[in-house]
Amino acid sequence: MRRVEFLIEWGLLGCALLSIGTTIGIIAVLTVETAGFLREVSITEFLFGTEWTPLFATPRFGVLPLVTGTLLVSFIAMLVALPMGLLSAVYLSEYSGPQLRRIVKPILEILAGVPTVVYGYFALLFVTPLLQRFMPELAGFNALGPGIVMGIMILPLVSSLSEDAMRGVPRGLREGSYALGATKMQTSLRVVVPAAFSGITAAFILAVSRAIGETMIVAIAAGQQPRLTLDPTKPVETMTAYIVQVSLGDTPQGTLEYRTIFAVGMLLFIGTFGLNLVSAWLRERFREEYA
Amino acid sequence: MSAQATRSGTPGFESRIPNPDSRIPSPAYREIALRRVADVAFQVLALLVLVIALASLATLIWDIVADGASTVSWNFITSFSSRRASQAGIWHALTGSVFVIVVTALIAVPIGVAAAIYLEEYGGRSMAARLIELNITNLAAVPSIIYGLLGLGLFVRMMGMGRSVLAGASTLALLVLPVVILSTREALRAVPKTLREGSYALGATKWQTIWHQVLPVAAPGILTGLILALSRAIGETAPLITIGAVTFVTFAPDSVWSPFTVLPIQIFNWVSRPQVEFHANAAAGILVLVALLLSMNAAAIWLRDRYQKRGIS
Repeated sequence: MRRVEFLIEWGLLGCALLSIGTTIGIIAVLTVETAGFLREVSITEFLFGTEWTPLFATPRFGVLPLVTGTLLVSFIAMLVALPMGLLSAVYLSEYSGPQLRRIVKPILEILAGVPTVVYGYFALLFVTPLLQRFMPELAGFNALGPGIVMGIMILPLVSSLSEDAMRGVPRGLREGSYALGATKMQTSLRVVVPAAFSGITAAFILAVSRAIGETMIVAIAAGQQPRLTLDPTKPVETMTAYIVQVSLGDTPQGTLEYRTIFAVGMLLFIGTFGLNLVSAWLRERFREEYA
Repeated sequence: MSAQATRSGTPGFESRIPNPDSRIPSPAYREIALRRVADVAFQVLALLVLVIALASLATLIWDIVADGASTVSWNFITSFSSRRASQAGIWHALTGSVFVIVVTALIAVPIGVAAAIYLEEYGGRSMAARLIELNITNLAAVPSIIYGLLGLGLFVRMMGMGRSVLAGASTLALLVLPVVILSTREALRAVPKTLREGSYALGATKWQTIWHQVLPVAAPGILTGLILALSRAIGETAPLITIGAVTFVTFAPDSVWSPFTVLPIQIFNWVSRPQVEFHANAAAGILVLVALLLSMNAAAIWLRDRYQKRGIS
């Protein structure tokens, strides 16, 4: 009997350890292939080169155009998601009654649950043509349309995590503020938001990480032209879209071109993993502040 | 009156005290009125954001229904892929999606539930349990395309599964594992301590308690979480493209070793083509995908309601 119990516990532990195995697996696969890539391409050319043409006859392996493309689209997404997400979080946490929340929260959940390929369709075939009516110079593939749509996609994440942080602020702080005669808006913006600052920042950082790793919206609607530009009306290519582009083609496995997707993936992983760690640390700190 | 209290530290405070005899509003009164206006304006602005979110969801649905509703037909669902838009259907992709999700569930559910049981019932606050926990939260936020690269390197190449249903399902299983573990833990946590203590008092071992008392009570909650996790996996596109799911197949997958495609990839393939006719097909494919998602979510909501009504006795 005791032996069976013992075996079961170790079996369960084994399953739990599989998650550690996943992390190790990701790091191992990316490291091995990236090392193979860096044997043939110098790391300075990779990180600081300004031309990305690995599939051309004279290949160039400067990853900067992909990085700026990624940051440009993410930046536009954040311009949409951060103010809107924060406002709706303040409203849901400080103003709305439980009834409105019961209607609004499922709608936000639906927005978060829509498959990203659907958002890609929306960005390419609805939002971009709509924007072109006001901005005739906008290209069919561009950073602006997918950026805005990505912002809408990320909004629920910002909103719900920020709301959680604000609800974690003790009632006493609000009551103290009201007792001093502050209005609801003053209390929300000058007391609750600053008090929940580390929690809200954690939400923002996680949202940035989501935007950087988002794939299908940009693969469909942003184009496939690595371009070192900050002009949102031009076609750009993000790191994720490049990985999709190569995966769709018939680049033979084991070649240098093929290894580029792992090198780009490594960069993507380091970036998002770093952001996630900072976000988790901030959340932990927020929890300790009001424990 | 209370509004002045906030100013009590600032110089010139005395001059702000309104003269009760005066009919002319003092600056302090004006400030209070201004604050009220700002408060209302802020509320309107915040409500506007919620309306925009709602409106974009409505526009999205309207746009796709307008583009695709006329294309959805029984013929569209039961036909295979074709180079001609009017004859193309989604049978291969629909069966591929269902097949992959079933295999994903078979892999992810036992492992995920077991891991959650360990962390919730055995792990406690040990160093190992906390490390695993931190790792799971982090994994949940890793971009899905990175899992695709892992699947490509590990399952497709090292383990030699090729570009098969099994490789795709294994990749998706690793992707949903963190979500499965997190939601299962929440369901287990909702089971009251007294139930466990009663079981121990009757002489049951730890595993007997978990298997016969805790799991049956937590089952509806676990199931709800599982369905939601799997409905997320069914919409995933990027990791399956990365492991090399084919974009043009004319057959339904018949074993775990056969090549496959899934609905989101078929939609991506159609939307990427320049011809407008294929865009209508993409919209129709989205409608089928959304119908699939909605029925899974409805099942989850139904389970949750049943669970809440019955309560934990």
